[in-house]
Amino acid sequence: MMSRATNARSSAERRVLDEAGGLRAMTWVMAIMLFLTMLAAALGLATAGAARLLDRQLAGRLTVQVVDGDPVRRDVAAARVLAALRTMPAVATATPVDRAELTRLLQPWLGSDGADPQLPVPAMIDVDLADHDEAAASRVAATVRRLNPSVRVDRHESWMSPVNDVMRTLTFLALALVLLMASATAAVVVLAARAGLQTHRATIAVMHMLGSTDLQVARLFQRRIALDATIGGVGGGVAALLIVTFIGIRLRGLGSDLLGGVALGGVDWVVLALLPVAFVVLATLAARVTIVRALRHIL
Amino acid sequence: MRKRQYGHWHGHQAGESGRNHVMANIVQFENVGLRYGSGPDAGPETLSDLSFTLRSGAFYFLTGASGAGKTSLLKLLYLAQRPTRGVIRLFGEDAVVLSRDRLPGFRRRIGVVFQDFRLVPHLSTWDNIALPLRVAGMPEADIEQPVREMLTWVGLGDRADARPATLSGGEQQRVAIARAVIARPEILVADEPTGNVDPDMAERLLHLFESLNKLGTTVVVATHDFHLLGRIPGAQMMRLDRGRLLDPTGALRYPPTRPE
Repeated sequence: MMSRATNARSSAERRVLDEAGGLRAMTWVMAIMLFLTMLAAALGLATAGAARLLDRQLAGRLTVQVVDGDPVRRDVAAARVLAALRTMPAVATATPVDRAELTRLLQPWLGSDGADPQLPVPAMIDVDLADHDEAAASRVAATVRRLNPSVRVDRHESWMSPVNDVMRTLTFLALALVLLMASATAAVVVLAARAGLQTHRATIAVMHMLGSTDLQVARLFQRRIALDATIGGVGGGVAALLIVTFIGIRLRGLGSDLLGGVALGGVDWVVLALLPVAFVVLATLAARVTIVRALRHIL
Repeated sequence: MRKRQYGHWHGHQAGESGRNHVMANIVQFENVGLRYGSGPDAGPETLSDLSFTLRSGAFYFLTGASGAGKTSLLKLLYLAQRPTRGVIRLFGEDAVVLSRDRLPGFRRRIGVVFQDFRLVPHLSTWDNIALPLRVAGMPEADIEQPVREMLTWVGLGDRADARPATLSGGEQQRVAIARAVIARPEILVADEPTGNVDPDMAERLLHLFESLNKLGTTVVVATHDFHLLGRIPGAQMMRLDRGRLLDPTGALRYPPTRPE
């Protein structure tokens, strides 16, 4: 009974503003805005996730290279460095990369020549640090260089930092796009609300004379814009989610370690799913503030 | 919200006339002037030095030639306009300095019949009449009966679903009147309410106003139609001429006068 009365009231209130049937332009605008925003947000979330994954994978990892043209001297030096590394508290694990693995890594560039034992390939040791901070890595590098000045220490983080920088740049770009789209949406709502006020000026004047408060009038517009934003948001949101899912499947299909990290986690999907709700709230608030401010200038 | 009784629209059996009660001043104008525009764009005074009082429960006709300022005076009464100078007391409060937030509460106590009707064009007759009750927050379930009674009273029972554009001028006027009186306002302000209806309907509408008046509503009707003036026993008249009340004392006793 109560809900029938409530429905009757909201239906009656909806009728106060002329509701031309069918989907209004505002619905389409909201759908397009939300579609683009969700794509930008998905890009930002995925690149942020990939950057975090890279950080986790690369942080505190070093490769120590012992470079010597004489294989015997090289192996002796490598053994000393390995032994020294394993005694350092800052080092969690130190693992020599065996010759077969090195040959496999060289295969794309040298072909079968990479297996030649006379080839002056450096001896390599993979090191995982116990502490992932800059100071620990520097201490380890300085120690092994004192043992053998020809030793080269490569930090994995520095190899991949350009990639990580690109990922972070994309994340910030996506965030900026999301903010821009949100601002544009708010601006569209403000313009639509002002146009609506102009269109319904006569009706609003009558309602004021009948004792309507500004909030009552604003509520009519709010409801209308919230409805447009909801319908548009659902349409644009579903379309965006389908596209994001499709791209995710394609990326996983590439089998690339690097691009495989550009994926959405569970929290990311929740954030994406909440974007339409945030848009509806934003549109509703923008409409309310615009209408109430405009009505203040009318007696 | 005030408790309203809607079972009284069908006749004049409301009992003791509101005008027979001791009446207080519901409206008081003191040296009120109104000028449209401001600064260099300001026009001449549309209303000048208006001083009068309206007593609660009385019936007033406001007459005057076109351009005399009747509509402007009514606008001041229904708070669509603030005066340029002077004091207006409404329901015992200074309406000139009334904050904007309090205007809706005051306006809900005033019913207005606009000269141009101002019906909401996309709403049905039913919804137009129900609008003041909805604005006042009346539950939807309680709206049906008074709206139905009003429709019957103004003879539009079969036009409940019609949009204003499909109604004749007289029918629109009746909808406007029904909308103005349905919430049982304390003051009813009507600008040429019988201008578009035939004499029979004019008489019926006047009786509607009279019924409302007998229930205690103060009625102010602006009209050119001198035939109407004698139809309401005890009604008083205000005559406006070029923005000034003709009776400088503010005593509104041009015939027909109400016996004191």
